[in-house]
Amino acid sequence: MSGPAPAIEMRGISKSFTGVKALRDVGFDCAPGEVHALAGENGAGKSTLMKVLSGVYRPDAGTIAINGIEHHFKHPMDALQAGISIIYQEFSLLPERTVAQNIFLGREPTRYGIVDQKVMDIEARRVIALFGPSHHIKPDTVVSDLDVASQQLVEIAKAVSLNAKVIVMDEPTAALNDAECEVLFDLVETLKKSGVAVIYITHRMREITRLADRVTVLKDGAVAVSFDAVPAPDVIVHAMVGRDIGDYYAPAALQEEIGLTMLAVRGAGNDRLNDISFDLRAGEIAGFAGLQGAGRVALAMALFGASPFTRGEVSLAGRPALFRNPREAIRAGIGLLPGDRKAEALVLMQSVSDNGMLTARSLSPVTGSDRKTPFVSDQEMNRLLEQVDVRAADYAHEIKNLSGGNQQKAIVARWLALNPKLLIFIEPTRGIDVNAKAGIYHLMRDLARKGTAIMMVSSDLPEVLGTADRIFVMRSGELAGEFPRGVSEAQVMLAATGEITTKPEAA
Amino acid sequence: MTEKTVEMTEASLFPGKRRLPQVNPVYFVLAALLCAIALSNPNFLEPPGYLNFLKRAAPLAILAAGQIYVIVSGGFDLSVGSVITLTVVGSSMLLDNNDDATWWVILVMFAIGAAVGLINGLVVSYLRVPSLIATLGMMITLNGAAFMWSSGSPRGYLPDTFRFFGRYNIKGMPLIQFLPVALIVLVVVGIALFWLMHRTNLGRLLHAIGDNPRAAQMSGVPVERIRIFAFVISSLSGVTAGILLGGFAGVSTDVGTGYELQAITATVIGGAQLLGGRGSVPASIAGALTLAAIFTLLNFIGLPKPTRDVVQGLILIVAVVLATYRRNRAGGR
Repeated sequence: MSGPAPAIEMRGISKSFTGVKALRDVGFDCAPGEVHALAGENGAGKSTLMKVLSGVYRPDAGTIAINGIEHHFKHPMDALQAGISIIYQEFSLLPERTVAQNIFLGREPTRYGIVDQKVMDIEARRVIALFGPSHHIKPDTVVSDLDVASQQLVEIAKAVSLNAKVIVMDEPTAALNDAECEVLFDLVETLKKSGVAVIYITHRMREITRLADRVTVLKDGAVAVSFDAVPAPDVIVHAMVGRDIGDYYAPAALQEEIGLTMLAVRGAGNDRLNDISFDLRAGEIAGFAGLQGAGRVALAMALFGASPFTRGEVSLAGRPALFRNPREAIRAGIGLLPGDRKAEALVLMQSVSDNGMLTARSLSPVTGSDRKTPFVSDQEMNRLLEQVDVRAADYAHEIKNLSGGNQQKAIVARWLALNPKLLIFIEPTRGIDVNAKAGIYHLMRDLARKGTAIMMVSSDLPEVLGTADRIFVMRSGELAGEFPRGVSEAQVMLAATGEITTKPEAA
Repeated sequence: MTEKTVEMTEASLFPGKRRLPQVNPVYFVLAALLCAIALSNPNFLEPPGYLNFLKRAAPLAILAAGQIYVIVSGGFDLSVGSVITLTVVGSSMLLDNNDDATWWVILVMFAIGAAVGLINGLVVSYLRVPSLIATLGMMITLNGAAFMWSSGSPRGYLPDTFRFFGRYNIKGMPLIQFLPVALIVLVVVGIALFWLMHRTNLGRLLHAIGDNPRAAQMSGVPVERIRIFAFVISSLSGVTAGILLGGFAGVSTDVGTGYELQAITATVIGGAQLLGGRGSVPASIAGALTLAAIFTLLNFIGLPKPTRDVVQGLILIVAVVLATYRRNRAGGR
């Protein structure tokens, strides 16, 4: 566009799969030293576009030019040699090899035909040093010993050592905590300064505002809008979703919707938690904020009996509620939607319907009919799945083919069938696209209106502030504060960090 | 773990690429093999021909129908072969050629089988020993026990009241009298196990545990109890198979040897997922009949036992490869 010639310029890219248009006449460019954010819902075509760029797919129409020279990639290797590196959400590092070995995988420096370890180490150290003095990663460290952020750094170092002119980052913060995100953001700044063109794919408005110079929003395989400067987040969200942000979060609870105390916790603790006391009332959504490791998930798991309290008192609807395992908690009326759906909630090979029925079946007599449990029948489950808007061609198909948002909604249906007194959501919208997110928020509100107490643990602060009726902040295993709806991000962060000074973008 | 969390673009791009309702290929394979046997031996089409085949295959089919419970729950039961041996040897010792003892001996055998399954299940569930190792240990133990019980030289034969189940037909009943008792046992056990696996909560919970034990636990599934159930069912199927085998095989301390692997192979031929989460009782029975048909064919051709072993090993590998390939093509990434 303006300024220096784009490092990469894609024009008129179209791509169809068996008759379905995945990309329609998409134009996208990125200049050296620029961060160009690519936003859009899941299925909008972001990944397909990047696969075209990296030579995985060949476009039906359109051109790709690097530094003004047109290229036709037949193979991902061609794109790599032309200076395009993609860092996927899932790393391609070999976990049992060292940092240096990973950086130079497949092109190890040799001496007399033998891998020259010394040169490799020096070179690796040089590349890592480019990222500034704060990153102490030794070239001989085994990758599996590194934390996720450092692994990502190695991945980026690999791209840099390949002399990549264009680096594509596909939702790089998906697996990172807040501190690790900061490290990554610094890295992106460094890359930018060294003249690399960075294409940054993300859902998160905060990252776009923080990093991007320009934003392009894809919708249904076409460019919905391209901004030459980063506009306000709600403008971007509006472009992605095609509707107003006003009804994005569900409305707050009305005074009369909040009922009696459902959960009362008094001086409870275990090895991760200390002296926790609070009440949750029927009909309200309580948000739990805090830094990573502050004990929010530990608290949820303790209430759910997965890693129980060892002291204190808990009561649920007036009855003692110290549970030793999830089964006891579920029987008493607590449900929990884990943050890591794939690992802790989904049975991927089973059908959507089976996933919905799982808990109802586990509480029913083992020799009872699988189609008709005392809690829900398979037909009622199908209706519930429709009601929560799980979109699938057939609920008898395997759930693994559904998007994250639809999977999450199926898990919500699992708990709806049991009519829980308390429902705990951990990171309810992690990895879910914007439209489905709004659906989840509204589901939570609907549930609350029916008298369920909702506990929401989330690292997405705007989400907590936008959804919860009350906000609890945790810090090192204790409750550090309680706020009403309408509290500012800064106040919450203050309580979460326990510091007097607030960094402006600490939120 | 290797399942990638790639965006769902692909799935949404191929709306037409839905899977059609599939018939398990094992049934086609079985039908083809039965045709091949009929072609090479026309006697097979006469009732004595195919009924004899079914009678001989019944123990393995029952074993496979029990084994699939453990396989679906994400484990293996290597001890069933030794349960067969223990049943045959133990019965011959307890019976001591006394016709009248048959009924209580059978009850004792089922009790022993239930105990074996219970121990397998407890060791796997609570002591967290991998099932492959736990049941391998059980296999060695039971084989040793059978050897000790009989001092290495089991008494020659079982009385006819016992051999009735594996060998004879029920006399004097219309229609039924043409069917071998072994086949009737197979049908009854097969229907019962089909119902339990595919029509009850237990079956669904077994699938869930084999698919993702952590998710099952977090969803309230009593994982340990359900696992124990699976091992008990597998062991009881071993006792049942042992009683039938006692009818036509001789009493020896290696009568059950190799049956555990044949049963596992049968479930895999039937399309079971070896690490759990998927499997079917009728398909496992069909898998067992397929394996038996292959052995029958190899017999006709005149191949010796070692060759059969080689073939069985190859079938196991090929079946797993084909199952994996089919799953990948079905979009199962």
